[in-house]
Amino acid sequence: MATTTSTQQQADVRFTQRELDGARILCECLIAEGVQVIFGYPGGVLLPLYHVFSEYPEIRHILVRHEQAAAHAADGYARATNKVGVCMGTSGPGATNLVTGIATAMMDSAPVVALTGQVTRSLIGRDAFQETDITGITLPITKHNWLVMDTADLATTVKKAFHIAGTGRPGPVLVDIPKDVFTSKTYFTGYPTEIKMRGYNPTVFGHARQIKQAAKLINEAQRPVLLVGHGVTTSEAYNELMELAERAEIPVISTLQGLSSFPTAHPLSLGMPGMHGNLHANHAINESDVLIAMGMRFDDRVTGNLKSFARNCKIIHIDIDPAEIGKNVPVHIPIVGDVKKILQVLNLHVNAAKHTEWLEKITHWRGKDAARRDNEMARLGVLPPQFIIKTLGEVLGGDAVITTDVGQHQMYVAQHFNFRKANSLISSGGLGTMGFGLPSAMGAKMALGENVPVWTVTGDGGFQMNMQELATCVQEKINVKIAILNNGVLGMIRQWQQVFYDGRYHSTPITGPDFVKLAEAFGVRAWRVTHRDEVARTIQEANDWDGPTLIDFIIPQGENVFPMVPPGGSNLDAITEA
Amino acid sequence: MGEGDTGIYKEARMPTITAKPGIKHTLVVLLEDEPGALNRVVSMFRRRSFNIESLSVGHTEEANLSRMTLTVAGEDNEVEQMVKHLYKVLEVVKVTDVTAEQSIIREMALIKVTADKPESRAEIMQFAEIFKARVLDVAPDSITLESTGPEDEVDRLFSLLRRYGIKESVRTGSVAMLRGSSVAGAI
Repeated sequence: MATTTSTQQQADVRFTQRELDGARILCECLIAEGVQVIFGYPGGVLLPLYHVFSEYPEIRHILVRHEQAAAHAADGYARATNKVGVCMGTSGPGATNLVTGIATAMMDSAPVVALTGQVTRSLIGRDAFQETDITGITLPITKHNWLVMDTADLATTVKKAFHIAGTGRPGPVLVDIPKDVFTSKTYFTGYPTEIKMRGYNPTVFGHARQIKQAAKLINEAQRPVLLVGHGVTTSEAYNELMELAERAEIPVISTLQGLSSFPTAHPLSLGMPGMHGNLHANHAINESDVLIAMGMRFDDRVTGNLKSFARNCKIIHIDIDPAEIGKNVPVHIPIVGDVKKILQVLNLHVNAAKHTEWLEKITHWRGKDAARRDNEMARLGVLPPQFIIKTLGEVLGGDAVITTDVGQHQMYVAQHFNFRKANSLISSGGLGTMGFGLPSAMGAKMALGENVPVWTVTGDGGFQMNMQELATCVQEKINVKIAILNNGVLGMIRQWQQVFYDGRYHSTPITGPDFVKLAEAFGVRAWRVTHRDEVARTIQEANDWDGPTLIDFIIPQGENVFPMVPPGGSNLDAITEA
Repeated sequence: MGEGDTGIYKEARMPTITAKPGIKHTLVVLLEDEPGALNRVVSMFRRRSFNIESLSVGHTEEANLSRMTLTVAGEDNEVEQMVKHLYKVLEVVKVTDVTAEQSIIREMALIKVTADKPESRAEIMQFAEIFKARVLDVAPDSITLESTGPEDEVDRLFSLLRRYGIKESVRTGSVAMLRGSSVAGAI
């Protein structure tokens, strides 16, 4: 008589309706959602879940070295593909370590599901070992969160969680699952096919009349500009944007989060506006008569002082979140809905047009800062960080995806990298989280696979916040490339101290390890670059290496990012030297 | 920067949001009766620095649905932001601003007034009759009244009774309903 092994029996019986414990229900729900990767770290209350993982090989668990990195990795994974990223931490400190990553995802609208273990139900509220009120803590930084108190509610909760995270304006959600919910059984009838949530109904299709009014305004405009943000990437409206820009000859300005949704080198691309943005982009906004904003939220880094922002134009604001419309800036034609869907209709009503005079004016403004930029780039005797970023873009061509950490290097990437591929920049803009770079690159690489090079550009300060993840890259064989712009200071803060705080450089000089030796200690191939001539060659070598690599670029300490708009100042009053 | 620079460089400060009093708005919010729903609404108000003047919440004719009446103060666009942010709370099903509409708004108060002299006792009883306030309790040195009415009428009774000394008082906050046959919570 043939006997089957126990694992084969388990494989036969999976996904059928039966009495099942919460841990296995969760796994089946995740697989039903198409989850292939979870970034996580085990702990006491999660043991029942980790116990069953081996029965579900469809899900690959990436063991990180700090839960913050798990959250950033899930975030990078999500932003790279617009799929929902999943991270996991145990109760207490595991959960609280996820908080920074969840807040980062919230501020940049990234779809992340954070799963946390919780202490046994009877211990909740009694200061048990490794207990925290994580649902209370993450209330303001999640779209919604749940504490599952009944195993029978688990499947529906997971469905709601993924739905809310990934639809409307994407954002992080958290599901807190007590240990005994993982272990108790209920009759599982399969993953729910639909759920009803009365209070959740994102508008997708824009109001037809509003769209027609917007088209009319655009057709009459003499000096229109497009101002695009992350919403274009989320709705993948790249073609629709290109069509609108080219047909009606409208220059395209992009927020940090919107960069790469329109090719940097395109003649109509004006790059980034705002605090460290291009002067000609800021002037174009100021002189325009119609501003078409889409998938962006008029953040203070973009607008500068609101009293002097976009004074002379009518504003069309297309966004999926109605709360963003009219929040910072008065809007003349609001259109709530998905950017792609709205543009598809808008493009039917916008006429072909030419704005030669307007573009000439902008080209003239472009020239005003060109000499300074060229001189900055061409300096000899030092290794200019701007040159490194420009070369990185040239060597990698249009294939790679870049994540950044936070600081001056982040601004250099925004200013000097030639983005050719849609959705090729992943950066913490809203929260500005140092330590985001390496783990988000890990997540993006897991999402994009072997054929897409993933590089992270980071500073020596930010890198030290999550450098332990080098071990994750080695253990899990995640082939990310790390470029450290190393100047031994917390550069952006140092710049502010120089410009606004009398040059009192307190706590900004920061030492670190020899990053090359550190990388090698982890088992990562590494190089140090100190000279312009080595840059392109080393980048190519690192990119071609089969495994994670690190380049330690030594750059000068006193570098500043220009242009710069002082806080509270008008975008038109940017300074270009300290 | 040059020496002697003043102005925005030396005193870099962010513009502050000054909450101007504005008109009082009354919002009727229908929300699902899930644990923590009320907490989410109130936390959101705190986080966005919106001011709640009063809040009253209770069950409705529909199971699992609660009805909250909020009085808030703010300019029109600020109140518009409040409404939009309320909709972002998952449990919130419907928000209606009944301020501009023909609506019935009522609040209840219990007031314990010092009443140790015969003349003051008589006057207090007279005010009660004029304002149709019920006398709930009489003690040797105090009288407890129950007053129900629009907020400003309850305010007026308070200001008249203040002279005698208010020992203790409690107000529920307003509840509101539209006049006629329209339903504020029509979904």
